[in-house]
Amino acid sequence: MKGNNFGYLIKEGIRGIFLHGFMSFAAVFVTVACLLIVGTFFSVIYNIGLKVEELNEKNEILVFVDETFSDAEAKSVGSDLALVKNVEQAIFIPREEAYEDFREDMGQSGAFDGLSTQTFRHRFRILPTDPQLLEETKAALLEVEGVVKVKVADDVVNLLTTIQNVVSMFSIVVIVALVFVSLLIISNTVKLAMADRRDEIAIMKMVGATNGFIRLPFVVQGFLLGILGSGIAFGAEWLLYNFMANQLVQMDGGLLLTMVPFTQLILPMLVIFAGTGMFVGVVGSFASIRRFLKV
Amino acid sequence: MIEFTDVVKSYSVGTQALRGVSMRIEDGEFAYLVGPSGSGKSTIIKLITGELKPTSGSVHVNGYSLERIRRRELPYMRRTVGVVFQDFRLIQDMTVYDNVAFAMRVVGAREKEIRARVPYVLELVGLETKSRRHPNELSGGEQQRLAIARALVNNPSTIIADEPTGNLDPAKSLEIMSLLQEINSLGTTMLVVTHAQDLVERFHKRVIAINEGVVVSDGMDGYFEYEGK
Repeated sequence: MKGNNFGYLIKEGIRGIFLHGFMSFAAVFVTVACLLIVGTFFSVIYNIGLKVEELNEKNEILVFVDETFSDAEAKSVGSDLALVKNVEQAIFIPREEAYEDFREDMGQSGAFDGLSTQTFRHRFRILPTDPQLLEETKAALLEVEGVVKVKVADDVVNLLTTIQNVVSMFSIVVIVALVFVSLLIISNTVKLAMADRRDEIAIMKMVGATNGFIRLPFVVQGFLLGILGSGIAFGAEWLLYNFMANQLVQMDGGLLLTMVPFTQLILPMLVIFAGTGMFVGVVGSFASIRRFLKV
Repeated sequence: MIEFTDVVKSYSVGTQALRGVSMRIEDGEFAYLVGPSGSGKSTIIKLITGELKPTSGSVHVNGYSLERIRRRELPYMRRTVGVVFQDFRLIQDMTVYDNVAFAMRVVGAREKEIRARVPYVLELVGLETKSRRHPNELSGGEQQRLAIARALVNNPSTIIADEPTGNLDPAKSLEIMSLLQEINSLGTTMLVVTHAQDLVERFHKRVIAINEGVVVSDGMDGYFEYEGK
């Protein structure tokens, strides 16, 4: 494209925005709202994902030894466990230590005073080499002689994964609906600009302008509206994210629910915001142009 | 060159606008197309500009076969044909200069070419001193001159003028017709659709008369024959 044509297209695109200022404002506003919701869902899913990953890293397997085994026999099971694939380390926890841990966790409640160390089995804490292979490792550990039960401490992970899946599904529905609304608004804004310039378009066709050339200023208009919306939304999302992160720290004390700093999300957020903004702007304007070109 | 061969054009409502029109206008020729309202003149113009396709027969314009032209080729065909309308169809919020430059800009001309060509064309139509005015500051005759300048600026080989004097008084009409003749003398093929019998008589040129979708006469005295003189 020739340089002067590029300048012309940008100029015409900007002119189109100001031709229907209110509609342009509405289009930008809806795009901002849409992207804010998209960005918020994304950040929630992203942070839960990180948490799941982190918990997976810390995942451990508890292996319980047959209660009929003597202390020495129980301890010797460890050498067999260490041979199982994906077992990095097998740490022996005698029943006395298990009992103490339990009492500590329960806050020395009197309800468990009747328990004795014999109520507890000897056990091993297994640290896996690859936390992703817990199920396979669990099955292999059950095969070891003297092992009566294997427990994978994945309740929190499972809960978070479920939350992540639900939020993902819900956000896909919401995002599709919002993107559709944004498309509609941008399409109508461009349609109004085109209707205003119907005579100009007819003259352009008459003197031999190609459809591509006629279309471009309107695509530029949609593109600029989309990019403007995504720029504003990005800034707003940054503020909103920091606000949410602070609130969460105050609520939870940063124990379980923590959020990574926004700076860590800048790149994916920028890609999502700019991509969605451009998509909504360009596709929205394309949708309204077709019928005006049938001359 | 414009050539119609046995052109039939029917509309979906069942109207047959053209019923076997054949005519040929050579490069550099000047011809009038005359006929009463509803005779098929507008359909002929729309076929020449590619807005319509013939139902049957063939239409050739400046080397393009319009009955089978591809949609993406149409703009390039249209660049060979300048069109002037009775109602001028100017862009009111653009200056005289910009109205003409716009026609060049939208076909991708460089700014340097535009700066050289537009003043030349404005001078040709006598509007060189009014380039900063807006169309609503011009008289009807001047507006039509501006429309002619716009049609001319991309250097088309053919100009179609659809009732170019329809909104003008006799004196201005004469001026416009003289201007079109002058442009024709520079080598541009000219097809003028008109009802203005006095102008047709005054400028002794080829006249193609059409009635009810059929060419009823074609020749230097066609209009007189058609009028029954």
